[in-house]
This record gives sequence, structure tokens and C-alpha cells, in this order.
Amino acid sequence: MANLKTFFIDPQRCIGCRSCMAACRECDSHKGMSMIYVDYIDRVTSTITLPSVCMHCVDPVCAEVCPADAIKVGPDGVVHMALTERCIYCRNCVYACPFGIPKFEPEQHLQYKCNMCYDRTAYGKSPMCATVCPSGALTYGDYEEVTAQRGGKPINIFRFGKQEVETRVFLMTPAGSNIDGLEVEGDLDETEEEFNSSPLNFIEEALAARKI
Amino acid sequence: MSMVNKTGQVNEEKDFHFHPEGRVETWKVADENGVTLVPTHCPYCGLQCGMNLKVKEGKVLGVEPREDFPFNQGKLCPKGVTAYQQVNHPDRLTHPLIKDKNGQFRQASWEEAYGLIISKIGEIQGQYGKDAFAVYSGSSLTTEKTYLMGKFARVGLGTKHIDYNGRLCMVAAATANNKAFGIDRAANPWSDILSTDCLFITGSNTAECHPIMTSYIWKARDRGCKLIMVDPRTTPMARTADLHLDLRPGTDSALANGILHILIKENMLDREFIANRTIGFEEVAKLVESYTPERVSEITGVNPRKIIAAARMWGQSQKAMLFHARGIEHHTKGVENVLSYINIVLATGQIGAEGKGYATITGQGNGQGGREHGQKADQLPGQRKIDDPAARKYISEVWGIDESEMPQAGTSIVEMFDQIHRGEIRGMLTICNNVMVSLPDLNWVKGALEKLDFMVAIDFFMSESCKFADVVLPGSAWAEDEGTTTTVEGRVVKINQAVNPPGEAKRDWEIICDLARLLGKEKYFPYHTPREIFDELRVASKGGKADYYGITYEKIDQQNGVFWPCPTEDHPGTLRLFEEKFAHPDGKARFFGYEYRPAAEVPDKEYPFYLTTGRTVYHYLSGNQTRRIGFLKEQAPEPWVEIHTQVAERLGIQNGEKVRVYTRRGEVIIPAMVVSTIRPDTLFIPYHWGPPIAANLLTVHAIDPVAKIPEYKACAAMIEKLDGDKARASGKLPEQVENSIRPERSTR
Repeated sequence: MANLKTFFIDPQRCIGCRSCMAACRECDSHKGMSMIYVDYIDRVTSTITLPSVCMHCVDPVCAEVCPADAIKVGPDGVVHMALTERCIYCRNCVYACPFGIPKFEPEQHLQYKCNMCYDRTAYGKSPMCATVCPSGALTYGDYEEVTAQRGGKPINIFRFGKQEVETRVFLMTPAGSNIDGLEVEGDLDETEEEFNSSPLNFIEEALAARKI
Repeated sequence: MSMVNKTGQVNEEKDFHFHPEGRVETWKVADENGVTLVPTHCPYCGLQCGMNLKVKEGKVLGVEPREDFPFNQGKLCPKGVTAYQQVNHPDRLTHPLIKDKNGQFRQASWEEAYGLIISKIGEIQGQYGKDAFAVYSGSSLTTEKTYLMGKFARVGLGTKHIDYNGRLCMVAAATANNKAFGIDRAANPWSDILSTDCLFITGSNTAECHPIMTSYIWKARDRGCKLIMVDPRTTPMARTADLHLDLRPGTDSALANGILHILIKENMLDREFIANRTIGFEEVAKLVESYTPERVSEITGVNPRKIIAAARMWGQSQKAMLFHARGIEHHTKGVENVLSYINIVLATGQIGAEGKGYATITGQGNGQGGREHGQKADQLPGQRKIDDPAARKYISEVWGIDESEMPQAGTSIVEMFDQIHRGEIRGMLTICNNVMVSLPDLNWVKGALEKLDFMVAIDFFMSESCKFADVVLPGSAWAEDEGTTTTVEGRVVKINQAVNPPGEAKRDWEIICDLARLLGKEKYFPYHTPREIFDELRVASKGGKADYYGITYEKIDQQNGVFWPCPTEDHPGTLRLFEEKFAHPDGKARFFGYEYRPAAEVPDKEYPFYLTTGRTVYHYLSGNQTRRIGFLKEQAPEPWVEIHTQVAERLGIQNGEKVRVYTRRGEVIIPAMVVSTIRPDTLFIPYHWGPPIAANLLTVHAIDPVAKIPEYKACAAMIEKLDGDKARASGKLPEQVENSIRPERSTR
């Protein structure tokens, strides 16, 4: 099977413009809601920002914890939003996702999350967010294509303590780095407060250690 | 139906059986639902990214990336993504408005509004002379309209007073480019960035002001290109740069001289290029002798090692490109700053080849086209000078007027506001600008607007400035008309019409032609379409420096834009300039050296901080378009002042706390953003808002002596907590600020 196209997130390149968020709202099936998040890691000391999309886990925890079997995965590995007729609004997925991606929309009583613009990709169009991203911080392509163009190494293994999560979406590490995955366990050992913040703080530490 | 991992292998154990449910067809059925895609360009910055507008039944419904346009390949910034939302916006002006005796606007018919305008123009010009009525235009208009505005002022109104808002934008660069190269256009297409080895970007918050350019920068960096950023703030691109030179605002020419000093001292010059293709190097070399790293560090606050490192990084690169934007141009020495940087490019021969080059990153949508065809105070179409007898003769012939009727050079917009204060200019027509946000020293601007006998504004949203007008005419948004713009690269592209103007609103050029007809000048303005205006512009520009004669709407479509100069119809356009010669008659470029001189206003004990102003990615220019768009407004509803953590701590200012920032000219009360990504001696405020939160209430209306660009990027300011405690520490703050700065800076 040929390599499938997926997202590559490169926080080095993110300029914090939130064009992806604006574009996500424009995607026809997203009903004016943005399902991508751009966060400052620590605006006081740095302008670094991190875009977060659904990582489309190979074994999606959100789907595994869903008591109603409402979260489905497509043949291309895209983890979809909870099926409206099945979702019982229990929010298990919201609590279980190690990346903090699914959201529960109280007004509409709906779970929503990034579906990789399934309605576009099904017809050969790239997702809106990655198409418009000015800097290439969010790219849609296949593994070979992206690694051929860029110096950094894509990783898709995240270890949260004993839990290892393999994702279909890749995170670019800075050029010259040689890590196979991100160890998130260190963060878990700190304080509960830090655990509640984005586990991807580690990226910033990794970048800072390389003076980027 | 199974899980797939990165190498395409299937995990057979997990099967969540996704079955598509209806909505997945949405994108495909868009076309089948009668939605058409109109290819056009973004209405905002000078990059003029391609985009498709989704149109159905006369309404713009949305945007679709235009991946086949080579410049941006579908990429758009948040302004571009949401640009379409201004077209059907409920705030659109849809009827002419006349201000009644109580100062309230009331709806009026076009006939009544036109009648009033024509009679007032007659009164003012009859009593005070033709030049007492002025026109102030803008560079977000299509080139057709900018050409028309120049002709309308000189032929329709017979006034010499016309200027354009490029005067606030890139005129320092244009002036310097003309002096150094003999022409004003980016030397290279942006695709040259991909093959360069060193990028030197100064005075540009590229990530926020020209976001799509960052994709070019990163593609170059992917193949090892070095990046040098010069900015008082650690902007998103400066954050990752190989070198970030964090200079003190207003010290750019000293830094450029310091870098040239190292290049000469370490013999990193292209002697052959200097000898064969330039004039004036020896004088400049002599001038920069005294700009040692130590002295330059003293002036600029940049660590001397970084100055040396930057010079070496540039000097040792095979191919290098230098870009700058408003950061070095918005100064009373804007032209000097630009020329000082051009010296670096010329001394190292880094121009006129693929991957070797130089450009100013033009700010406004049609910043390039808008400064070429005669809406500048001293210019006629084709970048011709209005005081050039041959140019006057040629354009008079094209326009069918007697040369004696052609007015002489007028004055710049800042000077015009002085003339309003003095009573020399009594009436004004404005289009495509918003002086009550964008001019410096707004209390001074307001005083002038209140003094005008009569003001008419053409706009499609009610701006802060329109509120001062006696008549407001509803014009067209960009998607409601066709025409050309010229991008940052000098590429002429085509804006296509998607829908008609709403209500009674008219296309801008129709309004101008109507006014010309009512002024009895109909025979000079016989246009029925923008294409007819463009065809006349082609002839008017023929033989000029910005020669558009060979450009047609069809050629633009066929070639994805045409780079001027394009002198004949079979000419493909000119991708890159200066490959063989420069545009001066002798074919050589000029060095111009300048001693560093300080900004018009520098910090003192009373006002110990430098204030510099700039932009945020969410707003365009005066914000009249973008401050109404939901997403953009959510992201940046109001301005803020960036202040360094050390200084904020010293002043007891918390992040997010509202503070008072004031200068000799005015004050604003806005939230503080406490960050360590700005120099401790500098405050930054984004400028897109009007009073009472306008950064330009604070700025100084000092101008460059040649280009007449105002000094937005440096003035002296003070910041204090709102609780009345002046927190000024009995006048000791400047030293203490300095002391707290120095140890940290020198170790970086």
C-alpha cells in the first residue's frame, strides 16, 4: 500500500497567525467551528506557538473509551467525529484524549474534533488548514515527500508514562535531532497542574535546548 | 476497513467501521449546487496572494484556496481566509450620505450628493484657486483607479494637490531605489529566495505583515540558507533566525554602516562588480571607516559580536538577498536607511542574478502599481517625473490637454495637512484611506479635518475619517470590480469581478467619471469599463520606467501575471531586473553614504522610552475592513502595548493591566502585554485602531526631508500605571532602565 497523506506539524515554523483556525471554520462540514487550536506555550518569554490538530491515533483512545461506539475510523485512518445518532454526550473522549483535542459543544450537545477535512480529502483536496498555512507549520503530504523536503525528522510516537501512543499525524523535530518519540512521562511525574497543561510543552523544551 | 499506520500497514485488530454519512459530499457538490469559483487575488497586502471566491446567485459565499496560482499555491493568512466576509457585510455603505446641520448623516440621492459636491468644489476653487481643493488617494485601489485619480485631480479638478497613502508606506524605499538603481521595483521575483544562501531581513515583521513570505524563507532554510533578522522585537521569524540583531529603534543606518565597515575591513567585497557596475564606492568606504563594531554597538544597542557575525554571514555567502520593510522606512531618515542597506548589497555584488537580490516588501495591496502611475504628488504615469518636460509633453498629449494646463508638482499628504491648518487647502476628496487612524499625530490631523470647508469621502465602510466628511459616497469592495494590481514582485495580476456593488453603491471609477462629467470634463473621461482605463494607462506608461504597454488582461491570465517592464505585446515581461545593467542612463548603480543621525525625537528623562508602532497579523492598515470581521476581531479586538518584563516589574505593571502611554502629543489607555521579546528601552503598539486607543495619537508628524514619509517607528514616550502613581521614580528611571538593560544585553 502506498503511503497515505497526513498532517505534519512543525512548531518551529508556526508563526501564530491562526490562519488554520480561520480556515477550519470555512470548511463546509465544520459548520463555522474551528477544530484546530493554536496556543502560545509561554508568551512572556517567547513568541512560539503550537498548532494542535487531532493526531489521528492508530489506536484512538477516544474511540476505545466511547461506550456508545460512536467514534469511527475510516479506511485511511482518519478518526472521525462522534456519530451524532450514537453519541450519548458522556464526554469520555474529551477526558481520555492524551492530546486534549475533542471538545464538547454544550449548546448543540455535540462532540466535535478535527476530521482531517474528510469531505475535501475524499475528493483529492487537501484539508483547508494545511492548504492555507502560510509557513508550512502545518503540512499535508506523505512521509517520503515531506522528509525529502525538510531537514527535521518526523516522529509519531508519544509515550505518556507506560502508555505509548502511535499517531497517524507526525510532529517535526528540529533538524539534527535523533529522537524516536517524545517522552511525556517526565511531565506526568511533576505536578498535577502541569499534567493538565498541554503535554506538548516538551516540544518547547526540546526546541529551547537546541536554541531555536 | 482497518487501521493504517505510517508505513501503510494495516492493524487488523482494530476496526471501527466508519461509514460516510451524507455530508462528506459537500465539497464535491459545491459546483453542482451552482457555486462558481471566481479566481482573483486577496484585497490586502502587497503579496496579492491568489484566491478563489465562491459565488452563488450574486453573493460571495466563501473562499477556496487557489492552489494553481504559483506565488502562494493556495496559502492564505487569516486576513485572506476571511477577506470575503467584507463583501456582504451588514456595515456596508449602500447610499450616499450628506451631513445635516446637526452633524448627523442622512441618506441622499446620488443627484443631490453630486450637486452638493460640484457646487462646493466650484465655490472653493472659485474663491481660493484650483489648488485649494485637494485629492488624497490610496494604493489599495486597482492600478486603473490609481491612474484615474491622478488624471482626475490634474485634468478633472485642475489641482496640483494630489497625493496617496503610499506616502505613509513605502515611499522611502521607492525614493531610495530610484536614487540607487534608477527604477523602483523589486529586483527579483520571490522564487529567487528558494536558491539563495543568506537572507537578511531588516525592519520587517514578516510573519505578521507578509505571512506567506515565510513559506519561501523556510523552503530556503530547508536547503541550508541562513537567516538574519533585524528588529527591536523577537518577532516570530526573529525567534528562529540564525542571527537576531535587536537594535534600538531609529538606529538602522548606523547598523548598516557598521556591517559595511566589517565587509570592507575583512575584504568580503566584490571588487569587480563595484568597479564595473557602480559609482561612488570610495566615498562611502571612507564614510563607514569610523563605524567600528564598538561604536555601532554603542548607537544601536546590538552586541558587537552579532554585528560582526552578521557581516560575515552575509559576506561569506555565495548568494545573498536583502529585504526590508517599514521598520527602516518609517523614519525621518527613511531614505538614508534604505540607501545604507543598498550599499551592502552593491558592495558585495549581490544583485542581478538568481538568488542574488534585493527588494522592499511592499505593504499595501497595490503598493507597487499605486506608486507608479501618477497619483503621487510629483509623478506622472509610468514612474515619470512631473517636472520632466518630456514627460509633461507626452502625458499631456495622451490626455489631450494643453501642456500649460498640466499642474506642477504638489505636496505630500503630511505637508497638505499643514496647508489645511494654514488655510491654503480648503476642500478635499478622499478615497481609499483613513487619515484618522493612519496619519501620525492624530490630534493634529483632527484639527485639520475640522478646519476643512468641505470634505467628500468615497469608501465602502464608514471609517473614522468619513465621519468628518460632509458627503460620503458608497464605493465598491474589491470583489465588485475588475482591474489590475501590481504585486510586491512587480507582477501585474488581475482582480476579477465576482458580484455587483450592494444597494446604490457604485464602482469607484464610475463615481470619479460621474464627477468629471459634472465638472464639464466628460471628454477626458469617456470610460465604460476598467479595461478601457487600462488600455489608456498602457499607452500613458509606454516608454516610461514602469512600462505596461505590452501587458493585456489576456496576457495576465495566460501567464499568471506579467512582470513589468513589458514594452511590447510580444514581450513576456521582465522577471528579474539589473542582470546586465541598472536603470540609470549610464547603466550603473549608485552608492550613497550617510552619517547616522538620531530620530526626530529621542528619549529623555521625561519620556524615557522609545515608542515604535507596527502591525498585527489580524488587521490590515487602518483596520476599517478587518476590524469588522468576526474572526479577526475576536483575535485582536483592541491594541496593546508591549513592555519588557524587567521594566514592567520595575513599574509594577502586571500583564494585561490597563496602562497609560503618553507622549508630547497625546495619550492612550490600553492593556500592557508584559513580555521579554522586546527591548527593555522600547514600547510597541499596533496601530490599526482610531482614537481614543490609536497608537497614532502618540506618534510624531516629523517627515523624511526627501520622501516625506512620517516617522512612525520612533518617538519618545512614557508609560505609567493608571492608579495615579506616576511610577516615574523621581526622574531616575532612564538610568535604571538602562542599567537593567545593559548587563543582560551584553551577555547575549
